Amino acid sequence: MKAFTQLTALVAPLDRANIDTDAIIPKQFLKSIRRAGFGPYLFDEWRYLDKGEPDMDCSQRPLNPDFILNQPQYQGAQILLTRENFGCGSSREHAPWALEDFGFRAIIAPGFADIFYNNCFKNGILPIVLSADAVDRLFKQMREGYQLTIDLQTRTITTPDGQNMDFNIDEDRRYRLLNGLDDIALSLLHADKIKAYEAERSKRAPWLFKDA
Amino acid sequence: MAGKTLYDKLWDDHVVHTEEDGSCLIYIDRQLLHEVTSPQAFDGLRLTGRRPWRTDRNLAVTDHNVPTTDRERGIADPVSRLQVETLDKNCAEFGIAEFGMTDIRQGIVHVIGPEQGATLPGMTVVCGDSHTSTHGASAALAFGIGTSEVEHALATQCLIQKKAGNMLIRVNGHCLPGVTAKDIILAIIGKIGTAAGTGYTIEFAGEAISALSMEGRMTVCNMAIEAGARAGLIAVDDTTIDYYRGRPYSPIGEDWNMAVRYWQKLSSDSDAVFDKVIDLDAAGIKPQVTWGTSPEMVTDIDGLVPDPEQENDLIKREGMRRALDYMGLQAGQKITDIAVDKVFIGSCTNSRIEDLRQAAAVINGGHKAESVRQVLIVPGSGLIKQQAEAEGLDKIFIAAGFEWRDPGCSMCLAMNADRLEAGERCASTSNRNFEGRQGYGGRTHLLSPAMAAAAAIAGHFVNVAESGRAS
Ligand code: SF4
Repeated sequence: MKAFTQLTALVAPLDRANIDTDAIIPKQFLKSIRRAGFGPYLFDEWRYLDKGEPDMDCSQRPLNPDFILNQPQYQGAQILLTRENFGCGSSREHAPWALEDFGFRAIIAPGFADIFYNNCFKNGILPIVLSADAVDRLFKQMREGYQLTIDLQTRTITTPDGQNMDFNIDEDRRYRLLNGLDDIALSLLHADKIKAYEAERSKRAPWLFKDA
Repeated sequence: MAGKTLYDKLWDDHVVHTEEDGSCLIYIDRQLLHEVTSPQAFDGLRLTGRRPWRTDRNLAVTDHNVPTTDRERGIADPVSRLQVETLDKNCAEFGIAEFGMTDIRQGIVHVIGPEQGATLPGMTVVCGDSHTSTHGASAALAFGIGTSEVEHALATQCLIQKKAGNMLIRVNGHCLPGVTAKDIILAIIGKIGTAAGTGYTIEFAGEAISALSMEGRMTVCNMAIEAGARAGLIAVDDTTIDYYRGRPYSPIGEDWNMAVRYWQKLSSDSDAVFDKVIDLDAAGIKPQVTWGTSPEMVTDIDGLVPDPEQENDLIKREGMRRALDYMGLQAGQKITDIAVDKVFIGSCTNSRIEDLRQAAAVINGGHKAESVRQVLIVPGSGLIKQQAEAEGLDKIFIAAGFEWRDPGCSMCLAMNADRLEAGERCASTSNRNFEGRQGYGGRTHLLSPAMAAAAAIAGHFVNVAESGRAS
């Protein structure tokens, strides 16, 4: 996994609540058996005027000029600013894959759906929860070339006028993301504990250890 | 010390290791796999040279992409076919049991788990699918995970989790006739919103929940995720234990007795403390229909499409405007005046035998309205299909002009050939009415199987609780 330490980048505002993972990456793209290449289909139904199909060459497709990510001033944005309950719906990890492939490394919102929030960390994306008021203030500050600096080490966001905002994050998650650690390798360090648990549990619940 | 909630008990029973910050390594008793969210997980294992920790705790099925007609001819769409074949290959390579496309036990992953006894009370159950919450109906701690976690669970039989909060939703008293489990859960979501359960495990309780069959309980827990909760739970009672007796993967002999003794303890202690408690009066729930593009945009069948201008919250108002625009509806329109183009009865929310019986009962000799282009009935599994045919339900559906299909996810998310065309309006028993969910530009109204069948006959939404049958 990619590590995340500090990022200063352009912000793209997506002013909608309850953006679901079907909107982030529509289901036809879930047929892919690969993990990469979803970026061109991010927000497909909002971003293009035609209907997207897997393996389409998106450079030839008609763009929706009203969609925020299509506007020239947001090209290259790596921070997404959005509203409540971002990433609700399906558990598809294709959603963070698409966001990451597109170039987003951090998402700021008043709240995220649980599974999506979790999936972000597995893909080097930092989801940041700020109060609805704070998010609102950021939306109001948005102007051309608006950049934020995010520091995971100190858990702060710095606005262009030098104002600092703190954010919370679980210590374990922060540590893994800062170091880009492989979750499975870390869990396997506890292999003995897992085996001991199984041995003890098989006495209490033998039926769970029989249908081999 | 206060007693424990059901969630506390299940959690404590599965903790393998606790980190300083409270994150835990949780043991997973059952992982269900399907073709859409697993290929990259198996690739991950191959890349790192890892093997599954325990193959016998995994069960795979193809459901999202499979066709619901002419299955013996295979899958026409090459991309879908590759995904299904990839699951077959991965299961063969890693030694994991799989119900293939032509297996009678094949069906929607959340339907076949309980049906087979592969997901049991007291288990932790995961699947790369958000509706894994369904399995909580039998007091299993069951939640959806992403593909990285699928790989993690394969490789370690564990997951890293932080404990969620405890929420209790009590549905007190009894539902009126014609009001089903689907109406209960839609009414709950309408009341609390789609983000209210975020960070919680929801336990559903109260007389109206206890009165439900296992099928109905699964419908309720299925949509816990639409209320924002990763997991829903319902305590074990006799209904639960009776349901699991004699299932193919259920324990037998002395193991069964031992299991039952353990399962009987799976309820919240009377002095357990919840972080949040919500009470609902069952008698106040009417049949529900969604009007917008989020499950919380729901109202009573005898209600009206709401007016965004009456909403004070600016973000909500904007969301409502956008939803009405997408849905092609006007504020103030009567729900019963809305005509439908298609009807879909199926999905892991409502495709079990009881759902099909409820739909068939409403038909009452009627025929689908001329204006309704298609009515799809997609049973949740091959075994449910067989059971329905043994009861003659298929004949009732076919006589009514409905199409009787093979099991799978079908038009719930339209990854196979079953889908809405742009602008088409669908009465659907599934769980998500998001933009484009059932097909690009398609418009989805969520409701119960009885209400869907009644809409098919009438050509528009009707109140089944009032008429007892479609007009
Ligand atoms: S029926 Fe629908 S919600 Fe259920 S698993 Fe299939 S696609 Fe997901």
